[in-house]
Amino acid sequence: MTESTPQHSQVNEDIAIEVKGMHKWYGDFHVLKDINLTIKRGERIIICGPSGCGKSTLIRCLNRLEVHQQGDIRVDGIELNDDLKHIEKIRRDIGMVFQQFNLFPHLTVLENCCLAPIWVLKQPRKDAEAAAMRYLERVKIPDQAEKYPGQLSGGQQQRVAIARSLCMNPNIMLFDEPTSALDPEMIKEVLDVMVDLANEGMTMLCVTHEMGFAKTVADRVIFMDSGEIIEENDPESFFSNPQSDRTKLFLSQIL
Amino acid sequence: MIVHIPHPDLPPPSTSTGIIGWLRSNLFSSPANSLLTLFALYLLYHFIPPILNWTLLDANWVGSTKDACTNDGACWVFIKVRFHQFMFGFYPSSEYWRAILAFILIGLLILYLLIDRTPKKSWVAAFTVLIFPIIAFFLFYGGFGLPVVETYKWGGLMLTLILSTIGMFFALPFGIILALARRSSMPIPRALSILFIELWRGVPLITVLFMSSVMLPLFMPEELRIDKLLRALIGISLFQSAYMAEVVRSGLQALPKGQSEAADALGLGYWQAIFLIILPQALKTVIPGIVNTFIELFKDTTLVLIIGLFDLLAIIQAAFTDPKWLGFSVEGYVFAGLLYWIFCFSMSQYSQHLERKLHTGHTN
Repeated sequence: MTESTPQHSQVNEDIAIEVKGMHKWYGDFHVLKDINLTIKRGERIIICGPSGCGKSTLIRCLNRLEVHQQGDIRVDGIELNDDLKHIEKIRRDIGMVFQQFNLFPHLTVLENCCLAPIWVLKQPRKDAEAAAMRYLERVKIPDQAEKYPGQLSGGQQQRVAIARSLCMNPNIMLFDEPTSALDPEMIKEVLDVMVDLANEGMTMLCVTHEMGFAKTVADRVIFMDSGEIIEENDPESFFSNPQSDRTKLFLSQIL
Repeated sequence: MIVHIPHPDLPPPSTSTGIIGWLRSNLFSSPANSLLTLFALYLLYHFIPPILNWTLLDANWVGSTKDACTNDGACWVFIKVRFHQFMFGFYPSSEYWRAILAFILIGLLILYLLIDRTPKKSWVAAFTVLIFPIIAFFLFYGGFGLPVVETYKWGGLMLTLILSTIGMFFALPFGIILALARRSSMPIPRALSILFIELWRGVPLITVLFMSSVMLPLFMPEELRIDKLLRALIGISLFQSAYMAEVVRSGLQALPKGQSEAADALGLGYWQAIFLIILPQALKTVIPGIVNTFIELFKDTTLVLIIGLFDLLAIIQAAFTDPKWLGFSVEGYVFAGLLYWIFCFSMSQYSQHLERKLHTGHTN
């Protein structure tokens, strides 16, 4: 227990996430191979690649929804390992938005947003509710606060999910294909919220196939295939001048 | 340019609404259904009048002995004369007020808890769970100046209700713990839970009761005599919690994995996620299963008659073997059936009300 207090002093404050030589297996299947990735504060990163390439698994490793077996992950300088205190601290600092929204259907929109601030951050209910309303206004659905998630459209649900994450005041946001389960008409309303967030300087990691979004907000695009990072570059070079054949093939299929 | 003029909303055709619409869609939707409807009407015509005659119109209501029953119908005099015994067993009549008081208290408490939007619910719940059982024990058993009534004198509906409420009271929380343990990733709680559930589910309740009353005392030292009723209670509670565990587990299994992942991602701890996210949803899904188990438990308490406890059914059966009242078993069984039905039906109605109340328009 002695080494469980994270050492902030020796940490480079500019680095949000650092992944070194990380491997992961599902049973015998080698999903992630030697992942090395450094994400600076305020950086906006898009991860793309064909389905099954491990991109979701990669970001799910960053908040321990999946456990990596080898290598190093540091978030805010805290090492991600079996130590529950570390996991707890890291999860407080990372917000996550899922493809299937994963709102809590038995709670109202407002309760969804207040739950973690009240129980994890021990905020008084009144403060948590006031903050939640502010974030709901930011995602432009304050009038739905008393409804249940089941009464909202997919796009509205995903915006609530973003507000719910923001209520925890995270420094880093992970997006796991946030628009893949949405009807085309609703994709824009969610992307607009994400663009706003990016413009405010949030550190973002986003798995997505929305290449238009990637072009507008990303500082860096990462392309993955069969568990490896094949290529990473700034969006302009990535789209106009892809280096590997695999990337070229992928881009020719989706653009 | 094409101008689109929206089509106005028209009322539905009159044959698809109102009484005629209902009759058409429910009773006479096809020739075969029309025939079935007519056949059902014939059956009702054939059976309802005799049943009404026997139970109400030709029934005997006044008197105090068998000879008062002169009409062809049911002899409700039998029930009337034995009513107190059916309710309280051999509980001394001078002490009936204690049992009645206890039941009124618990009835009021439960009513208070079941009605939506009553204030200070958590305090009343805490009182019901922590303090009331002690009060109830002294009321039923005695002490503090009240004369002691040994448990072998308890019986009738009173015993049935005591057995079933205490059974439910323990089966649900214990079942939840077992279900969580069985789904846990920790090997020892998991193994223990599986062992417990499969052991108790694998034996009939009648064996459990028999073991608890006959075998157990053989192995126990003389001075460690546990009350027979208490042993039956423990047996019923453990037995039903094994069933409850599987019902709750099915609810846990039905929850999408995303729910616990979202809770994890928000930084909620294991128990916070269980109590705030997982259980409220899982238990809601399995309300029908939980109530099913409760109803089963309620009716299974009749099995205590084989270990010599006189619950409602046992005491009614005992009453119609009384030479003074031979030949009234039908009345007895009808009365027992009616009482069991009232309790079970109420539970089922409440559960449906609860399902509607908790429905938030989400189907996962």
